[in-house]
Amino acid sequence: MNLRRDVFQAIADPTRRAILVLLATQSLTAGAIAANFGTARPTVSKHLKILAECELLDQDRSGREIHYRLNPKKMIEIADFIEPFRQMWDERFNKLEDIMKKESRQPVHDLGPY
Amino acid sequence: MERKTNIDAEDGRQDILITREFDLPIESLFRAHVEANLVEQWMGTKVIKLENKKHGSYEFETSDQNGNVLFRANGTIHDFAPNERITRTFEMENTPFPVQLEFLEFSGLSDARSKLTIQMVFRSVEDRDNLLKLPFRQGINMAHDRLQEIVGKLRQGQ
Repeated sequence: MNLRRDVFQAIADPTRRAILVLLATQSLTAGAIAANFGTARPTVSKHLKILAECELLDQDRSGREIHYRLNPKKMIEIADFIEPFRQMWDERFNKLEDIMKKESRQPVHDLGPY
Repeated sequence: MERKTNIDAEDGRQDILITREFDLPIESLFRAHVEANLVEQWMGTKVIKLENKKHGSYEFETSDQNGNVLFRANGTIHDFAPNERITRTFEMENTPFPVQLEFLEFSGLSDARSKLTIQMVFRSVEDRDNLLKLPFRQGINMAHDRLQEIVGKLRQGQ
C-alpha cells in the first residue's frame, strides 16, 4: 500500500521527526512550531502538510487558528509499540560494537603495511 | 536479523530495562560511553560537553544540513565508577517530555565479552508510554539521518 510507504518517508526526515516529538503531548500552531526551531514558517508549513497528509497529525480549527497534534492511532499503527525503540538501540549498539572492534585493532594499523 | 538488544517495558510501570551483551571487553564498552568522539559516532549526535565524574554534566546537540538545531539534550552525572556504572539524568530540551533518570550498569562476562543494562525511570507511566509511542526516539535515529545525508549529497551532485 502506497500510504504506508509514505508514512515511513515522512518520518525519515529529521525536521519532521523533531516536529512529532514536539507535538507528542501538546497541540501547537504552525507559528509556535516554527518559533521552536528558528526555521522559516513556509518550511514548517511544508513539513506539516506532509505529516497531515500521512495522517500522522490531526488538525483542530478554532476561528482562524489551526492547532496541530499527534494522531495517536496512526502512531500505534506504525509502531509495534516497543519495536522501533528496540531497533534504535540495537542499531546504536551494533555501531558501538563495530567502532570499538576497529579501535582495538588500531595499534596494529599504526605499524604500517610492513 | 539477530535481535541482540532486549527491551523490558512492563505494562503500568514507569521504567524500561534495556539489556545487551557485547562482543567486547568491558574496558572497550565503557570507553565507548566516556570518550566524546566515540559517543558521537554511535549515538549520531554532536557532544558539546561530557564531564565523566560525579556531579559532572553533559550536553548533546543534533543539527540539520543547514545548521538548524533539531535536537538538544543534557543531563547531570550522579555517579561514575569506571567499568562499573554511570548514573545520570537525561532531558530533551524544548520538548514536552520531563527529565528521566538512567542507571547504566556494566559487567564483564569474560575477557572478551561484556554486558550493559540500562534502567530508564520516567516521571509517570504516561510519560514513558508517550515516548515509546513515537516511531523512533529522541529525534535522532542514525540510520535515517545517514540515509538523509547520503540522499542529500546525491541530490546536490545532480
